[in-house]
Order: sequence, then C-alpha cells, then structure tokens
Amino acid sequence: MRLELEKRAEHSRTMAVLSPLLALLLTLVSGAIMFALLGQDPVRALYTFFIEPLTASWSLQELVVKAAPLILIAVGLAVCYLSNTWNIGAEGQFTFGAIAGSLLPIMVPGFETPLTLPLMLLMGIAGGMLWGAIPAFLKIRFGANEILTSLMLVYVAQLFLDWLVRGPWRDPEGFNFPESRLFSDAAILQPLADGRMHVGALFALLAVIAMSVILMKTLKGFEVRVLGQAPRAGQFAGFSRNKMVLFAFLLSGGLAGLAGISEVSGSINQLTPVISPGYGFTAIIVAFLGRLNPIGIFIAGFLLALSYLGGEAAQVSLGLSDKTTRVFQGMLLFYVLACDTLILYRIRLTRTFAPSGKEA
Amino acid sequence: MRKLLSMAAAAVLSFGVVGAEAADKLKVGFIYVGPIGDYGWSYQHNQGRLAIEAAFGDKVETVYIESVSEGPDAERAIERLARDGAGLIYSTSFGFMNPTLKVAKKFPDVKFEHSTGYKRAANVSTYSARFYEGRYVIGQIAARMSKTGTAGYIGSFPIPEVIRGINAFMLGAQSVDPDFKVKIVWANSWYDPGKEADAAKALLDQGVDVLAQHTDSPAPLQVAEERGAIGFGQASDMIKFAPKGQLTAIVDDWSVYYVNRTKAVLDGTWESTDTWGGLDAEMVLMAPFTNMPEDVANAAKETVEKIRSGKLHPFTGPIYKQDGELAVADGILLDDQAMLGMNWYVKGIDDQLPQ
Amino acid sequence: MGGYESILLTVITAATPLLLAAIGELVVERSGVLNLGVEGMMIVGAVLGFAGAQATGSAYIGALCALGAGMGLALLFGFLTLHLVANQVATGLALTLLGLGLAGMIGEAFVGQPGIRLERLHIPGLSTLPFIGPVLFGQDLLVYLSLALVAGVSFVLFRTRAGLIIRAVGDNHGSAHALGVSVIRVRYLAVLFGGACAGLAGGYLSLAYTPQWVEGMTAGRGWIALALVVFSTWRPLRLLAGAYLFGAVGILQFHAQAHGVAIPSQFLTALPYLATIIVLVMISRNRVLTRINTPACLGQPFVPDR
Repeated sequence: MRLELEKRAEHSRTMAVLSPLLALLLTLVSGAIMFALLGQDPVRALYTFFIEPLTASWSLQELVVKAAPLILIAVGLAVCYLSNTWNIGAEGQFTFGAIAGSLLPIMVPGFETPLTLPLMLLMGIAGGMLWGAIPAFLKIRFGANEILTSLMLVYVAQLFLDWLVRGPWRDPEGFNFPESRLFSDAAILQPLADGRMHVGALFALLAVIAMSVILMKTLKGFEVRVLGQAPRAGQFAGFSRNKMVLFAFLLSGGLAGLAGISEVSGSINQLTPVISPGYGFTAIIVAFLGRLNPIGIFIAGFLLALSYLGGEAAQVSLGLSDKTTRVFQGMLLFYVLACDTLILYRIRLTRTFAPSGKEA
Repeated sequence: MRKLLSMAAAAVLSFGVVGAEAADKLKVGFIYVGPIGDYGWSYQHNQGRLAIEAAFGDKVETVYIESVSEGPDAERAIERLARDGAGLIYSTSFGFMNPTLKVAKKFPDVKFEHSTGYKRAANVSTYSARFYEGRYVIGQIAARMSKTGTAGYIGSFPIPEVIRGINAFMLGAQSVDPDFKVKIVWANSWYDPGKEADAAKALLDQGVDVLAQHTDSPAPLQVAEERGAIGFGQASDMIKFAPKGQLTAIVDDWSVYYVNRTKAVLDGTWESTDTWGGLDAEMVLMAPFTNMPEDVANAAKETVEKIRSGKLHPFTGPIYKQDGELAVADGILLDDQAMLGMNWYVKGIDDQLPQ
Repeated sequence: MGGYESILLTVITAATPLLLAAIGELVVERSGVLNLGVEGMMIVGAVLGFAGAQATGSAYIGALCALGAGMGLALLFGFLTLHLVANQVATGLALTLLGLGLAGMIGEAFVGQPGIRLERLHIPGLSTLPFIGPVLFGQDLLVYLSLALVAGVSFVLFRTRAGLIIRAVGDNHGSAHALGVSVIRVRYLAVLFGGACAGLAGGYLSLAYTPQWVEGMTAGRGWIALALVVFSTWRPLRLLAGAYLFGAVGILQFHAQAHGVAIPSQFLTALPYLATIIVLVMISRNRVLTRINTPACLGQPFVPDR
C-alpha cells in the first residue's frame, strides 16, 4: 500500500469547508482518547477545553484579549509569506514596538494629553517597522537570509528590553526591582467593556478588514501574490522583488509593533522583562492555520486563543497539567495542517509501487 | 495520588452532582511562574501547596496553574482562579505583583498572597523569606572550607534579592576571613542547567574551590561533585546530586507559612500583612551540614542558632560599601526598606555590579 | 588540570550538543527540507534518554532511546510535510510545541533524580598524556561521534553518489525527480537522520552535559543549532568551526565576568546572535559563494506530477 497525492485542478471548495471540520473531529476523538487514558472524563475534559471559556462574559473578553495580538501580527505575516518573504522575527518587532511606544510614558511621565496615546501608538508602529526594516535591508543590500536575521533580532530585542527595565528604565520608586514605572491613565488604552477587553481589539479587527480589501481588491494584493507564486513573471510585469521585501517587512513589522504597544498599554500598563508569552511565534502558526487569508487568520486566532484559555480552565477544574494542554494544541495543529492537504490534493492509496519509486 | 484524586473527582462530577462540590470547602489557588518540574522555585511552592492539602485534608481543595508567563497572561490566570471560586490565592513570583493587585481590586472578598513583592492592599498580603540569613551561614562555611580563599558565586540577575544574598554571603565569609574573595558571574537566567554548569566550570577554572549559586538547578553542584570541589544547594536539598560535594543547602520552605495563612482564612482571622520570615520562622531551612569537619559544622549550627534567636543579624553595622563609604553605622541594623532595594556591594567584593 | 586545557574541555562540552543537532539539520536542509522543530526533538530526546538510562542503568541505552525519540518525532514531521505536503515552517513550530509538552508529561516522574552520567572513555597510556590526553582521548563517546558525523557527512555529501543525490534533491527537486530519484524517499531519510541527531543532542544534555532532567532544559539550544546551519552556509566543516565558536563565546563570557569585566550580561548574551548576523552578512555579500551552497528548494514542498 502506498499513499499518493494527486493535485486537484483547482482548490476544492467542499474540502475548504470540510477539512477544518474533519480536523476538529479528529482532534476531538484523539483528545478524548488521551483524556480517557489520563483518567479523565473525556466529555467533561473536551467541554472544559472548547465550550467553558465561551460561556461567560469575562472569559469571552479574555479570549478577545488573547486573540487580538495574534491576529494583528498574523495578518501582517500573511503578506510576507504570500510574497515569499520569510519574516519569523515578529516577536522581536513586537518587543521593539513596545519599547519605542513606551518611550513617552516612561521618559516623560508628566506628558498627559489627548495626544499621548496616538503618539505612543505611532511610535510603536514605527519601532516595529524599524526592527523589521533591518532584516529587509540586510536581505536587499547583502542578500542575507531573512529567516535567520529576523530570528536572531528577536533575541537582541528581548535582551535590550531586559537591559532597559533592569537598568535605565527601572521604576525609581520600585526598590530596584526590574519593572518600569506604571503608565499614567492618559497612556492606557481604555477598556471596551467591563472586563479586560480594550481598544487594541479594534485594531485587530480593522487590520483584518483592511488586509482583506488590499489582498483581494487592489493591485498591491495582486503584486504580492504574483511575486510570491511566480517571481519571474512578476518581474516581467515590472514588479520589484526588493521593494516587495521591504514592503512586507515594514507592514508586518508595523503591525507587530502596534500589537506590542497595544499589549503594553492596554493590558500590562508598564514594561516588564517579559511582555509576550511568545505572541510573535504563535502568530506564525496562526497565519498558516488561517491559510494566509485574513478571514481565516481571524478564525484561527480565536481557535488558538481558545485552546490557551481552555488549557488553563482544564488545569484549574480538572487538574490537568499544562503539558497536556501543549500536547493537545500540538495535536490540533497537526490535524489542521494535515487535513488542509485535502483542499489542494486528492489522496489515494495505491497497491503498486510507482515507477519512479526505484529502490535506491 | 493526585491523579487518583482527580480521577475520583471527575467520576463524582460525571455522575451529575456538580452542585454538591465543595460548598463549605476552601478553595486555595496557586499561580506558578515555572513548571512544577523545575526542581527549584516553583517546585518548592508546590511542595507548600501539598503541605496545605496534607494539613487540612477535606476542608480545602487546592488548584494551580503552572508556567504562567509574567506579562499579559498573568492577570487572566489569577482572575481564572478567583472566578473559579478560590477564596485564597497565592501568586508566587515577583512579576505577578501588579496583576495580583488588579485582580484583587475586582474581588474584594478573595484573599491574595503575593510573594516577594512590596505592594499590598486590604486583601493582598506579601510574603518572602530572609534567604540572606542562610547565605550568611554558607558564607562562613565557605571561608572555613576554602583552601584558595576564593569562592565562586553564580547569580541569576542583578536584582536586590540576589545582591542582598551576595552581600550576606560575603559578610559571613569576612567574619571568618577578612581577606576572603568572591568571583561573581551572572547566568542571566534563573534556570538553564547547561549554562549554570558552564558558569560553574568557568569559576572552578579560575581557581575557586567553593561554589555558591542563586540559580535554580542542581547543575553547578553536579559540576562541583565531578571536579572534586564543594558547594551549596539552592532552594531544595540537593544532596542526591552531590553526595560528596554538597556542604548544606538553603531550603525554601513555604509549608509553615502556607499552612498558617490557610488556617487564618479558615478561622476568619486573615489580615493583610507583610511577612518576611527567616530561619526563626522556619521559612528558610538549612539542609544537614555534610562533608565538613565537625568544628565547621558546629560553628555553622551555632550561627544558625544565633540568627534564629535574634542575637546575630547579618546586616549589622559597621558595613562599608565597595568604595569605602559607610553604609550602616556601627551597631545599627540595616532596615528592611534599605535591604529590599539593595543595589550596592559591600567592601571586599572586587566585582562591579552590572547596571 | 591546567587552565587552558580545562577551558577547552568546557568548550567541547558546550559545543557538542549544538554540533550534534546542527549536523543533522544540515543534512535535512541540504535535501531541501526546513525542520524548525529541532528544539522539540531535542527535548524529547533529553527526557527519553534520561528515562532509558534510569530504566536500564546504562547511559548508552539511554542515548539510543534519545536517538529513537528524535527519529519518532521526525517521522511525524516527515509524514506531514512530505506525504501530506503540509507547510514546513508551521509543522516545525507545531512539532516544537508538541515536543515540549510531551517531554514535560513524560518527565514528571523524573524530576529531582540524579541521572546516570555517560562515562568518559579512558584509553590507557593516551588519556593521561599531558594536555592532549584529556582533550583528545578522554571524552565521552558522543563527542567523538559528533566529530565523526561531521567528517562522515562532509564525505558523503561531497564525495559520494548518495551525497550528490541529496544535494540534487535539495537544489532542484523537479530535475532530480525527472532523473528517476525518489525525492520523497531521500527527504524522508534526511529528516530521520536529522531527528536522530537532534534526539542524540538532547540525550547529550541529560546524560553528559548535566545528568539530570528538568523541564525546558534544552533552553533554546535547538534554535541556536538552526542558526548555526545557516551560519555555516550548509558546509559541515564550517559548522564544526561555528559550533565551537558559539560554545567558546558562551564560556569565555563567564571567564570575562569572573575577571571582573563589567559589561551588562544582556549584551554578552546577545553577542552570539549579533555575531551570527554579522557573519551572515559578510558571507552573503559574496553572492556566488552563497548561491553555490544554499539549497535552492529549501522549504518548498514537492509533489511528483504524473
């Protein structure tokens, strides 16, 4: 027996709908088996993971808080990946955006005007763009592999933040603990409801809408896809590969930077040595889970956020360890990735060896 | 055992008696910054949780969330515990300070205990342990045991907690040998066995023969054992990792405090307090004094006794800063505020504090 | 022991896990596959290596378990990315997530237990020679294996037909397929080899570097291994140099600190990353050199047309 793929003439619309459902079904079945093996009631465990966080207003808001930065970063990354530009350093751009945006409330705490927040957000975006521009520049000017440079810059940004909050940006009234001063109210993104959901969520929504329009309806979107899928054809059409690299990095860096400053301003209210539970890396998974499509990313962001919240719920109400959560998440991702194959390919099992499969 | 319990709980619940759950039970929640498998900071806090279960049995139920990143996730995790009906919540890392206060504001009826911070509220207590007392003791032992007159010290991050420990270690050592030297390296991590081992090897290669550490893994002790050097365990008794190399260990023991505070909530006597207990409160324990001559062990026991009874305070003046400036006048005890924010080295430490 | 000699020994220990993991990933990438799950395979290798040694009392059997564990995860990666042509970047990241979780689950029972150390070889007459004795002849088996692997991979890749096939598959899978090479099979073998090496690297951590198990003990070394592969421009001998350079920078920063050099430790920690970027830029400026070595099909899925 042998498993073979056959390329479909075009995307299967049926499968595009069915594959995530199939993946979910497979995850539920394997999850149920895993929970049963761990001595849990599978139905209750799955309920805790996927339904319980959706049953209360506060956890729904928390879901939005967790999903917003993931979505914001992932839509930017989607443009990179669609155009065949490999930015995997969004975590660093997030961090640097947060640092740049925090300049005002930390260095000039007395500056409390209606302008404070807009300026912070702009500086956050600029910071993310700046950090994204470095790998783009190195790629364009020297041909340095952007996967590596953007990844390395993540650690540099994180260590820079670490140095700042342990050194020059330490809270003067904070007994030399590694934290910046708390932001004043003028520097805090206000909540949207009674919980922790804040204005940052709207940025994510706007980004999804804007990117949908840009990718589907504009020449720029066409350029992104052409350069990604057929770079030579794109060049014949007069599109510049280098300009696209810069565009993709600036866009994704700017959005990551915006996510960074929104998170710091709206939810942490100060700079600390750790400001991200790996948003920039998780967003890469979100981008691919969402098939590099803004709407898909929107759904994928919520799905992943749900699995985090569900994991915490499971720890508290079932005593499941967080390792179980991570294994479960890994499983979910594998199934979704595997099932997406069905959209582009037909799978068939054949009995005979293909002629090309020479024993080598 | 825990698995069995949770199995039983799940079985009960699946029969549909959800409402009967723990109406009169106190739910005690814990937030850990690392995995409970770190065999260091979070592991010891989890031991404290188990002590609560052992002490109160059916009267309490404990829950925890581990590996909670300090940052945007912390507030959600703490709130999750509060919403889940926890009446008492321990948030066990400095970085949870502001999130804890924010959640505490929303849940005035829930009691919060935040470890190693300095901000309190009507329903938020703080607690920490005077680990520096133990470090004074091991400083004395190091000075007595070292043949080269130089100890190596592996720090995590240059924060007041760690600097205080280095100073106490040095003051202890100087009380035995005024010319004692210490070489300090920073691992820039609380918890990276490989890096800690590298740091230990680098120090031994630089001619130190005693190692002290303020990082969490037993790796430096293992290195000491392998190289025939000696050292001190951190957070828990690590004698299994270095049967010939461990002299003693500074053990974090939260169980007494946790049991007392839980009892206070059960009795309705809980109040917001600031606890900073040391050897006397049994929040800091010394592992058995091993691999040293009897007179050294006896001297160490004597010092422990003196600190416990209040006759000896490690930070008693005169204490001079590195540059010779008098930091604490003769006969005066350094106050807790000054200790809390300590960011200077005592005289005799050649190293420069990275800023 | 003399000063330089023992520093050298420390550098060898620090470099070996990086080298093991990276030499495997180098072959994987040469065949055109990018597996970002090195960290995940390493950590599962670390925990199963520890478990195997505890269960049998033999560190060697532990190392074999580590190797098998890495291959197991690599097989999963191969099935998804090669058979089902799932995206390699996303699958690799998911593999890391899964690996960290699995390792934590398996390892719960082993926390706080001292491990069994992989013994250093002792060759009578040679190991006791001054300086070169302990450095050259007193290491454990995995150190020699890592060096042998570099030599072996270098030889196979550039001197044998098998190596030619691997490189052909990585550079132009379409042509390789047209010539009758089974692209998928070659890539499977490469991915499995990479998994075995990453597993061994993890095993080295829990059996030789620091014989113990704690969660997250790989502490990002899988990512550094990935960086090293690009740093080396996919050349085994440069990889060897790079791994030892990275190891040395890590060790020497501690020595600098112990000498009282007051540089913020964040800067010292960032140094290897900055160094990688700079070296990468310098290498990349020579475009011919880069083009010769970079596998052109890196990360691109392959489905045989018919």
